[in-house]
Amino acid sequence: MDAVVHFFQAIPFDQIVIQTLNGIVTGMILALVASGLTLIFGIMDVVNFAHGELFMLGAYIGVLVLAGTGSFWLALIVASLLVAILGAALQIVTLRPLIGRDPLNTILVTFGISLILQNYALWQFGPVARKINEPITTHFNLFYLEYPWYRLVIAGMSASIIGAFWLFLKYGKFGVWIRATTQDRVMAQAMGIPVPLVYTGVFAIGAGMAAASGVLFGPLVGVNHAMGLDWVLKAFIVVVVGGMGNLGGSIAAAIFISLLESYAAIWMNPSQAVIVSFVVLILTLLFRPTGLFVPTPK
Amino acid sequence: MSATDTNTQPLVLVEDVHTYYGKSHILHGISLEIGPGEVVGLLGRNGVGKSTTLKTIMGLVPAREGKIQYCGQAITGVPPHKLARLGIAYVPEDRRIFRLLTVMENLRTGLDRGGVTDEKKQALLDKVFTYFPVLAERRSQAGGTLSGGEQQMLAIARAMMLEPKIILLDEPTEGLMPRMVSQIGQIIDVLHREGVAILLVEQNVPLTLAASQRVYIMEKGIVRHHCAASEIDVNDAVIKQYLGV
Amino acid sequence: MIKHSNKTYWIGFCVIMALLIVAPLVLPEFWRRFLTEILIWGLLAMSSDILIGYTGMISFGHSAFFGLGMYGAAAALLIVSPPNLWIAIGLGLIAAALVSLFVAYFSTRLRDIYFAITTLIFSQIFYVIIFTWTEVTGGENGLSFSRPHLSIPGIYSTPFTNETLHWFVLAVVAGSYLTLRRITQSPFGMVLQSIRENEARTRAIGYPVERYKIVAVMLSGLFAGLAGVLYALQNRFAAPDFVYFLISGETVIFNVMGGIGTLVGPILGAGFFLMLRELLGRIFGEQFPYLIPLGFIFISMIIFLPQGILGFARRWLNR
Repeated sequence: MDAVVHFFQAIPFDQIVIQTLNGIVTGMILALVASGLTLIFGIMDVVNFAHGELFMLGAYIGVLVLAGTGSFWLALIVASLLVAILGAALQIVTLRPLIGRDPLNTILVTFGISLILQNYALWQFGPVARKINEPITTHFNLFYLEYPWYRLVIAGMSASIIGAFWLFLKYGKFGVWIRATTQDRVMAQAMGIPVPLVYTGVFAIGAGMAAASGVLFGPLVGVNHAMGLDWVLKAFIVVVVGGMGNLGGSIAAAIFISLLESYAAIWMNPSQAVIVSFVVLILTLLFRPTGLFVPTPK
Repeated sequence: MSATDTNTQPLVLVEDVHTYYGKSHILHGISLEIGPGEVVGLLGRNGVGKSTTLKTIMGLVPAREGKIQYCGQAITGVPPHKLARLGIAYVPEDRRIFRLLTVMENLRTGLDRGGVTDEKKQALLDKVFTYFPVLAERRSQAGGTLSGGEQQMLAIARAMMLEPKIILLDEPTEGLMPRMVSQIGQIIDVLHREGVAILLVEQNVPLTLAASQRVYIMEKGIVRHHCAASEIDVNDAVIKQYLGV
Repeated sequence: MIKHSNKTYWIGFCVIMALLIVAPLVLPEFWRRFLTEILIWGLLAMSSDILIGYTGMISFGHSAFFGLGMYGAAAALLIVSPPNLWIAIGLGLIAAALVSLFVAYFSTRLRDIYFAITTLIFSQIFYVIIFTWTEVTGGENGLSFSRPHLSIPGIYSTPFTNETLHWFVLAVVAGSYLTLRRITQSPFGMVLQSIRENEARTRAIGYPVERYKIVAVMLSGLFAGLAGVLYALQNRFAAPDFVYFLISGETVIFNVMGGIGTLVGPILGAGFFLMLRELLGRIFGEQFPYLIPLGFIFISMIIFLPQGILGFARRWLNR
């Protein structure tokens, strides 16, 4: 009995609660990034290597708009729109010509785009990180810490964006088009749905979501040209663990992995806590390669 | 013999079309035509290229050689979604309704084109629900939960949402019970009376002969025989030759 | 007819080899070194071609094989005293082989795109491990060591000169090329190509496709590791930068630019890329983001020139 009591006393409950919050916050942003990725893959069979760079560009545009207008929310909207348009342009110029060819070509092309965007950002903005200031700087008391409200706001906003998108998918006209195209591209065309336009639209939406994540996440870390890679890697892990093309799975996986990493950070060095996501990936590949959160096919 | 007099051009004209799947040469120079409002049957054994002909007209499979015209305009190379909006509807083998979408959403994929007023949309829906009351009952159900016959009705209803001038109908009676088969015959009749042309691919010879004005019989990717439906019946030598086992 | 083109091939090969052998004697040191580096990166790209060009699997994991080869050699050169060339090579190859076995085991069960992503993730896993395990790998700063002597055990030992190092690298790369060429033309190589053409059909015929893929990955990883060892010998340091996935990315670029499935193409691609980079640096200055125009060229080649430079040259010569 004593041993049990000792065990429970050794667990730093307050830290666990804090890390749970942190995990959820990071998880929601990761979910937003991963949603865009899994959307693009599930509907268009395109692995968008440049997704992290779209995230990064969103953050930089946020920096610029914030500096120019002082409004964080305006920055969020402008960044999302501009990157969505950029995404549409990229899809039309580089991905449309590849439709019908081996899908592996899309990995190569999006990889090329990511190199260009990354180096462009480095060239234009330099290697020093920029800062986006939080729109809300108040804190509330959580145990011995002052926990920033802003972090909860990020989580809330990410959840709302994902939720709004889910509603759009379910009820909007374009949502029906997307769902029809995903289920049967050929018959969607036969029904007059302009499938090439749907693809461009989906890519634009995915890009916009990535940009929004970048702006939302900006205040938590510095904005620099290389921030995309870490996120895209984690997002890919999330997408594989959650099940390729499975939106709900990606969200669950994102939160799951982020929570685990946050807890691990209590005992480990944060830069080593990333090993957690790798371990989860390896276990998933070993035991449930179709995805942890995918219901076993009947 | 010509389907149309020299004043009316055919609605759909297929001339000497060759289609390949990869290296397989499926259509070897097929030619046929459908006049406005005509029901034309396309008969032949499995594998002769009947479905491929429909897919080629619809632009789902590219024609490597030959000409396809719709209302006098060349349509080879026009993407399928544009053809659908121009008035060519395609109802494939296996129906291929959107299983995860509701009946209503399936219909909406055809309704939500540009330039259709809300009243028009409602009118189309009402018409389709009158012809197929079962669909009205099941309008909020997922397409995949419908029976085979109901899915076939949905596939045809969905095509009607496009207000087509011609429907490419691929083996609508396959796998259906006899009661449903005769219902399909009635639907084809109704569509014909409304002035919709139909290119009907079928294995069911009596149904085809009853519903069509003319029939083409295919073998190995080309038309071998062509006549008015009234000129032959099920026991005809020609039928036995090209469709007999 | 076949004999004729075979003869031309071998004549061409000998001519090029002669040029490469003479090169260090006539070129200034900078360009000599540049040429040696092209050969090393060319070897890396060639190893990647086994997967991309012959088996049809895009791998982003080559930085792991390359890097571990490098670190393996580094370990041998630091631990064993006096530093021995052959132990370094051996250890480097073993390290690369182990890594490729590990990666192969997990990744080959996945198709195409998933394979590419998983190899990417794995190469980053190794990057993180090497970067953070400072005690063993030197972390961010890497390891530096001295170059061993060119030695035949017991008989002869002499320090490398710039020229002899170049010739050694040339010998290894040429030998690797010939070996790989032999392998790709063997029955094993034919099976790999049939996997690339139509995996389902190859499986249906009865070949244990997974096993072939694993062997392909290991073969590829081994030669990539060898390139890493050569790089360590040439530059005398090992750094985590070389395990970073960007190296894998550049390797794939060399492959695509040069022409996949040709073995020689990737070496050309490496040369083309590195020359262009050097050129851009000289014209526009060191700070110029050379990856931007190179990225554009890369993308354009995928869309318009999927056979790469070699394919283009072939078609042009066939007119």
